[in-house]
Amino acid sequence: MEHIISLTIENKFGALSRVAGLFSGRGFNIESLSVAPTLDPSISMMTIVTSGEERIIEQILKQLNKLIDVIKVIDISESEYVERETALIKVHTRPEDRAEALRIADIFRANVVDSSPMSYTIEVTGDIRKVQAIIYLLQPLGIKELVRTGRVAIGREPTRTASTQSRPLAKVN
Amino acid sequence: MQLTGAEIFLESLKREGVKTIFALPGGVVLKIFDVLHQQKDIEVILTRHEQGAGFMAVGSAKATGKAGVALITSGPGMTNVITALADAYMDSVPIVVFSGQVPTALIGNDAFQEADNIGLSRPCTKYNFLVKDVNDLAATIKEAFYIATTGRPGPVLVDIPKDVSMDKAEFTYPDSVAIRGYSPTYDGSRWKIKQAAEAIAKSKRPILYVGGGVVFSGASKELLELAEMTQIPVDMTLMALGGFPGNHPLSLGMLGMHGTYVANMAMHYSDLVIAVGARFDDRVTGKVSEFCPQAKIIHIDIDPTSIRKNVHVDIPIVGDCKRVLQELNTILRATVNGNQREFRKPWWDQLHNWQTEHPLHYEQDPDGQIKPQYLIERLYKLTEGRDPIVSTDVGQHQMWTAQFFKLAHPRSWLTSGGLGTMGFGFPAAMGAQAAHRNRLVLCIAGDGSFQMNTQELVTAVVAKLPVKVFVINNRFHGMVRQWQDLFYEGRYASSYLEQYPDFVKLADAYGAAGVRIEKVSDVDTGIQEALAIDGPVVIDVPVYQYENCYPMIPAGGSNHEMLLHDPPDLKKPTSTGKKKTQQGKDPILTA
Ligand SMILES: Cc1ncc(C[n+]2csc(CCOP(=O)(O)OP(=O)(O)O)c2C)c(N)n1
Repeated sequence: MEHIISLTIENKFGALSRVAGLFSGRGFNIESLSVAPTLDPSISMMTIVTSGEERIIEQILKQLNKLIDVIKVIDISESEYVERETALIKVHTRPEDRAEALRIADIFRANVVDSSPMSYTIEVTGDIRKVQAIIYLLQPLGIKELVRTGRVAIGREPTRTASTQSRPLAKVN
Repeated sequence: MQLTGAEIFLESLKREGVKTIFALPGGVVLKIFDVLHQQKDIEVILTRHEQGAGFMAVGSAKATGKAGVALITSGPGMTNVITALADAYMDSVPIVVFSGQVPTALIGNDAFQEADNIGLSRPCTKYNFLVKDVNDLAATIKEAFYIATTGRPGPVLVDIPKDVSMDKAEFTYPDSVAIRGYSPTYDGSRWKIKQAAEAIAKSKRPILYVGGGVVFSGASKELLELAEMTQIPVDMTLMALGGFPGNHPLSLGMLGMHGTYVANMAMHYSDLVIAVGARFDDRVTGKVSEFCPQAKIIHIDIDPTSIRKNVHVDIPIVGDCKRVLQELNTILRATVNGNQREFRKPWWDQLHNWQTEHPLHYEQDPDGQIKPQYLIERLYKLTEGRDPIVSTDVGQHQMWTAQFFKLAHPRSWLTSGGLGTMGFGFPAAMGAQAAHRNRLVLCIAGDGSFQMNTQELVTAVVAKLPVKVFVINNRFHGMVRQWQDLFYEGRYASSYLEQYPDFVKLADAYGAAGVRIEKVSDVDTGIQEALAIDGPVVIDVPVYQYENCYPMIPAGGSNHEMLLHDPPDLKKPTSTGKKKTQQGKDPILTA
């Protein structure tokens, strides 16, 4: 099963390679990894998407925890969370396809961030299904280049009213 | 006061109580060596290979529990020490290795003798540091020793660029360390320990499966109390030997691939496995799906990743073995009823049956060639009162030593378990000897393994380390030959060491003493003669070449399916064939 792990990690020399090395050295899957500093410049947040049976996930969490540069490990997918990914998609557009490309971008509330006579670069942000869906629809036009950030995720705050049911705060597109 | 990086290095090591550094110089560390040369507080033992320096640090650490220290140069110095780091990582040995690095301005430029020391050592260290600024040096050294020796111990590398050793900074040594991502759990959960105590009280066929963690955490006393109070038998892993007295009636000896019959049967048929500081290595579990089919498992370990890595665990207890056992003993003292001996009698009857059914066994013909087991057993008997430190290389001789040399005390056993590194024994013994100048230190070596680090003989002579090296000389990579006997129809591909050196002359060439023991009747006197020599001695013992080590659980086999002797169809010369050895020629294969 897929898991999204959120790591709070020292923002220092070699920390990223320790995490990457752990995954490659122990043969754990890594589907995506994204990392950037937090408000505290000495700390980075890393989001790792991985998959495996429960026993493997348990090992991954423990092994990450064991890394001295890792300050905190959370399996975000254990509870409610919001995830986002941004993709930049350079679509090849013949004159007769340009309107179609714009229409698709519009449906997904994506932005055209660059344009040339034969291409559009479309920026889309959303959860993994949304990103995959727009890629799927744009593919027939011809995708020249595709760059994705990898997924980032954050846990949801519990609802303010002490409701026992976990109810999403707002609808996510 | 402003000190250079090299002086800060020295002052910091003094604060850490370091007495000895095993070292080999090179261009980028000369400043540090220069400073070490002008002081007397720390002894510098110059080795002849960086692997030797690494293993000496390991030997010293294993024998004392304090971090062993090595200092080596950049590039090839670093690559040479990697094997020792990997070994220490697998066996949780606290060592701190200082490597030289090219000046910070040149890092990444493929400078002369540059290597990515951090990248090279990352997968085989608990942690590593590149010190980029002399102002960070003292605090880094403090952290390095702290990380190496706390929690689950392990090797730490500190990479010091040349300019950092020469730059100056104000020296203050921190009193304490706070690393926000590192805080080992020492106290086990009380609730889990209570559950463990309840399971122990109920169990009819419990077994203590103890590993190296018992030794590192200094939990031998607590383990002994637990075992005696509850009358639970004790199985030791290779790493645990000495952690529980080997000749104690509750000891079943070593378990695992070459463990005793009773130790492995006890695991297989137990209803409760109490694992203490052990990690369910594949050489112990055998086929995981058939491992301890009837048992509930309690697992006490300081490293949470060890728990449930290989096998399912019912009662996991993360914590320091010593503290957890103290707590467990306190509960049991109050709850266990008086007559545990009576309660456990049926289990012990069964265990005694297994013990007598298939004890460790070999045959020594008084007129035949010396059997390796005989030599080892005699050495054990003849040194029993002297509390020796025993080290081994890797192979058959290692397993026989583990089987026959019944150690009484922790920290008297040096062997390469997890990595199984040939060449370990001799330098490790030297490291232990450097830390315990007055103790008897024995190295039981294989002729194959010993040749991987013989250059350190001269180090032993110069540094006056009177290690006694018994070379169990079978002219084979014996353990490889054994597998070829059993699984490759006796085709000895590259396991026969056709040409071998005269070990007595070799010792002599290096300035050490050499002794040869060739006859069974000379074994006792030969051993005594060698032990009486003041200084390092190599004792060459040509032994019967084709002896195989049993019991053996073939890799991937189940624990109760042991081979107990050679298969009847195995054809090989007997030990009473031709006896005389002639140096340089093989007595049997050329006969
Ligand atoms: C550095 C290293 N290389 C190769 C091996 C594989 N290996 C395991 S045991 C062994 C033979 C050891 O021979 P020897 O030291 O003579 O001991 P014996 O088995 O004969 O007692 C070999 C080659 C190893 N363990 N370590």
